[in-house]
Amino acid sequence: MEQIIANGLYLGAQYALIALGLTLIFSLMNVLNFAHGQMYVFGGFVTYTVVVQLGLPFIVGLLASAVILAIMGAVIEKFLFAPVVRRSKRDESTMLLAAGIAFFLDAVILLLFGEKQRGVPKIVNGVFNWDMRIIMPYDRILIGVLAILLIVVFIAFMNYSRAGRAMRALAQDRMAAQLMGVDVARYSMLGLALGAMLAGLVGGLLVTITGVNLGMGGPTSIKAFLMIMIGGAGVISGAIAGGFILGMMESVGLTVLSAYGDITYLVIFATLMVFLAVRPQGLMGKPWG
Amino acid sequence: MKASRLLGFSAFLLAVFVLVPLFIGATGRWDFFYTLTSVALLSVGAAGVWLTFYIGRINIGQGAYALVGGYVSAILVTQGGVSFWLTLPVAGLFCAVISILIGLPILRLRGVYFAMVTLVLTEVARLSALALPITNGAKGITSIPLPGELSVFGLTIIPAFGSLSNPRIGFYMMAVVLMIVTYLVLWRIVNSRLGHLCRSLQQNEELSASIGVNTAYLRVLAYAISSFFGGIAGAMFASIAQSIYPSSFVVADSVNFMLYCFLGGLGYVFGPMLGTFLLYFGWDLLSIAREYQLLIYSGVMILLMLVLPNGVLSLLDKKEGGK
Repeated sequence: MEQIIANGLYLGAQYALIALGLTLIFSLMNVLNFAHGQMYVFGGFVTYTVVVQLGLPFIVGLLASAVILAIMGAVIEKFLFAPVVRRSKRDESTMLLAAGIAFFLDAVILLLFGEKQRGVPKIVNGVFNWDMRIIMPYDRILIGVLAILLIVVFIAFMNYSRAGRAMRALAQDRMAAQLMGVDVARYSMLGLALGAMLAGLVGGLLVTITGVNLGMGGPTSIKAFLMIMIGGAGVISGAIAGGFILGMMESVGLTVLSAYGDITYLVIFATLMVFLAVRPQGLMGKPWG
Repeated sequence: MKASRLLGFSAFLLAVFVLVPLFIGATGRWDFFYTLTSVALLSVGAAGVWLTFYIGRINIGQGAYALVGGYVSAILVTQGGVSFWLTLPVAGLFCAVISILIGLPILRLRGVYFAMVTLVLTEVARLSALALPITNGAKGITSIPLPGELSVFGLTIIPAFGSLSNPRIGFYMMAVVLMIVTYLVLWRIVNSRLGHLCRSLQQNEELSASIGVNTAYLRVLAYAISSFFGGIAGAMFASIAQSIYPSSFVVADSVNFMLYCFLGGLGYVFGPMLGTFLLYFGWDLLSIAREYQLLIYSGVMILLMLVLPNGVLSLLDKKEGGK
């Protein structure tokens, strides 16, 4: 039992971090970022390249992922999303763009890094063992703690910094924020850069444990969508709650339902449909604030 | 106006039924038949997605209905020994009924929420196909017999495909006929009272509800029609490939259906047809670029979106000014 909860918490911390980036982009731009999973995979590959091929320490790889993905996010916003949002008749057009970017990133990953599964050697050795009740390798604990730390930093940034306040204002009411003198173009760019950076960071963190491969992008995006649906799209607390709930459900489901075959996700999806029929806006779905 | 439309329609018929087979026969690219058959069938599915766009919902779940339709037809043909021609409407109706049951709760959702739920629906369909006993799990259903002959009162309308010297042409003709019928139906819907009501939903649901439009009924109806199209497209696909697997229609296919609609233009009935043709045929032609195929394909897609954010058919708009 303790083991299941520990696994769930560990998974949840990772998931929450992915969902945070997605929900940030969604609330600022009203764009469902289909390319989020691909950004995550890209971040993982960058860390892999820096750590394994260049032989630099892990923290450098992590920073490199964060910086490269942030730049990528900013460029995508500036040159792709902003012009399309300005000229398109319907909001949904950005979805085509996001899907196109997802395909494009897949192609770039394939050309740059190949299609093989890549991983980084363990950063810390040893296994934590508490009386045979919780058994967890130290590197997983470290990654989990790092993820939670990043979540805390992110929330602090959104709540107490000037840029964070501007972004929250944008998410609440774009027009009003603009009238109050918030530089919409600049903070939209910053928001997408931040969202992409979070995806890259998770990729960098998880490459040490599960590794990354080209095919992970799409399924990761779907999981991230699930999380923000559970929690409510565009809400920070919702994304975190959604991440932990999904992590916990997966952990419990894999243990309890293993006797019935591979149906954990089927059950999760079915539950979600029923839940959304009752509460369409998710747990905390309301405007950002 | 009427005459020019009729002329365009006959030109289109001439092109797809006479010129395309002649051209393929002359160049010897027999594989184009398969590609164009796929284009025709995918555009049937895309027509359904377009209709849900028309009531202001983003539908990324068409893959689920295509998969269900394919399985219904495949199971009926292999295990029940039913004629394929009978399973085609049955598959469509089965999907429509399912979509009504699913649609009643989820059509209350809007915007991105509806989009995400339908996306999840595709995964549900795939996982169900893996888990249910009747679908034979990951192995799928294989060696589905080719469609037999269709005859009314002893008069053969469609000969058995097994007896044709070149079933590929047969499939092509059948798929194109299906596509034309689908788009005629779609065109009729859009230019009817129902179409006007759907447009009112797209613009403002509360407002149209306030003047007495039965919005709940309308959106379920549109979604059911959409899923019917998805189901028959999937059934035809299973019959052409003579097999169906849980991975026959995945999330990527659902997303593609949506992209076809976007690219063609959401404001135009024939947008999804053009979008499907451009994207699918373009993808096929790009296979000569080998490892750069996906890069070029997605690059062109992004560029098109930047240049024509309202779809390829919005080019016509500028010339004629309005609809």
